[in-house]
Amino acid sequence: MKIEILDLQYSYPTGVTALNGISLTIEAGEQVAIVGQNGAGKTTLVKHLNGLLQPTSGYVRIGDWDTRQHAVAKLAHRVGYVFQNPDEQLFSKNVGIEVAFGPKNLGRSGEQVQALVKDALAMTELADRTETNPYDLSPTWRKMVAIASIIAMDTPIVIFDEPTTGQDAVNIARIARVIERLSAQGKTVITITHDIDFCAENFARVVALTQGRVLLDGKATDVLGQAEILATTYVDPPQLTRLGKRLGLDQTITNQAEFLAALKK
Amino acid sequence: MALVNLQNVTYTYPITHSPVLQNISMQVNEGEFVAIIGPNGAGKSTLCYTIAGFVPHFFKGELTGTVEVAGQESSKSNLHEWVLNVGLAFQNPFNQISGAKYTVFEEIAFGLENTGVPREEMKPRVEEAMKLTGIGDLADRSPYSLSGGQQQRVALTSILVMQPKVLVLDEPTSQMDPIGTREVFGVIRTMAENGMTVVLVEHKVEWIARFADRVIALHEGKILMEGKPSEVLTSDLLAENGFGISRYTSTAREARNQGLWSKARQLAITLDEAVAGFKQ
Repeated sequence: MKIEILDLQYSYPTGVTALNGISLTIEAGEQVAIVGQNGAGKTTLVKHLNGLLQPTSGYVRIGDWDTRQHAVAKLAHRVGYVFQNPDEQLFSKNVGIEVAFGPKNLGRSGEQVQALVKDALAMTELADRTETNPYDLSPTWRKMVAIASIIAMDTPIVIFDEPTTGQDAVNIARIARVIERLSAQGKTVITITHDIDFCAENFARVVALTQGRVLLDGKATDVLGQAEILATTYVDPPQLTRLGKRLGLDQTITNQAEFLAALKK
Repeated sequence: MALVNLQNVTYTYPITHSPVLQNISMQVNEGEFVAIIGPNGAGKSTLCYTIAGFVPHFFKGELTGTVEVAGQESSKSNLHEWVLNVGLAFQNPFNQISGAKYTVFEEIAFGLENTGVPREEMKPRVEEAMKLTGIGDLADRSPYSLSGGQQQRVALTSILVMQPKVLVLDEPTSQMDPIGTREVFGVIRTMAENGMTVVLVEHKVEWIARFADRVIALHEGKILMEGKPSEVLTSDLLAENGFGISRYTSTAREARNQGLWSKARQLAITLDEAVAGFKQ
């Protein structure tokens, strides 16, 4: 499902302008990372995609729906949003009920809900935890419950807000596998992240924001190599991109396989 | 001299059955900068709570072994005495902010008020600490109106202002952008260079590689290994046990497997080491 954002401006009631004319088109099935310094407008931008915030001017279209004309509850059929902090999202007494809540509220049948929950729990490696209270799980696994509860809604667009914050290497790899599988299903995945190495390894397209505007937008290999421009929004290129540059490799490196291949040339 | 000394510490939280920390013995010397790494669930935060006295004084549960800081024993002290020894910046700043103060300035003064620091001394200390962490412009804001990264700086500042003997930091930059991370590590490094004893839990190994004197790798409640950053962070044991390692290290290891990195050379932990190794 296509996302169209045109000249989006947003000012908070306090008068602070967070978005200052953003235009972006995201095609169905793209994997997009949004990067930029704290306060660049990343979270404010994605909150427009499911109607949590309404444009001060400009518009956001999710497929043929203009977000100004549809309630958050309706937009939830198209856009799933995984919060940064799972504790702001979880409330049920066990994992199974938690994950079923979303699809039930979208009006899916009992059988459909069961199937969606099963798939979501399998993808997040939680299949054996349906009876567990989410708050008896470690923060790592609570994060996976939060992700599962959004995946189960089976929306064509899934947004992750800082999915790797506070996660260890094993769980970051687990989250990367979830993103890969969602992409394989043809879903659009949009992720806000400060983890630029994670960004390089898992996203084909990168949008860098600064002060409520789009600073760079393009293929990861095009965007992540532009160290000087990225520095203006306080983003360092990924470790292997920096290494490739220091070694004088011609291409912009985003992952280990590319690096070793380039080194052998 | 060991300022922090843990001997055979085993700790079990209330209502749980298995210990989170198992027979931990470790020392931190005065002025030393020790980093603690480990997968989630390894016991890193619990170890921080233990050094800071929250375990067992606040969390209760069962602690065996001894925890000493500056020659005093934790189990024989009160938490309100212990806060003068050890300052802990929580992993989630939201859990640390008092909720009793309307401005960042007052929030940072909160610990000083509670330890009876005279008013005329309080103000310059708060101002100095805020200057150090670069949050002077937030003085009049509500602690709850701040972003995660800003809250983390407030939480760190409110500990620094107490001038504890030992600074314990539990992932102090987890919610910060790279520049915020760099600045906070700059502050921590300055503190360390001025002789502050620092215990830091951190996933961002690139910073540990550059700053820490020593690294302790914690795994399933036990110390898996400890030593210099260059020894610990390049160990195969870490990769095998789910520790986060830098791309420089993992790429150098894979390059070594493919004959592109000299077997005689230690794996890289920093950009400069990787550049040197691959140029060879």
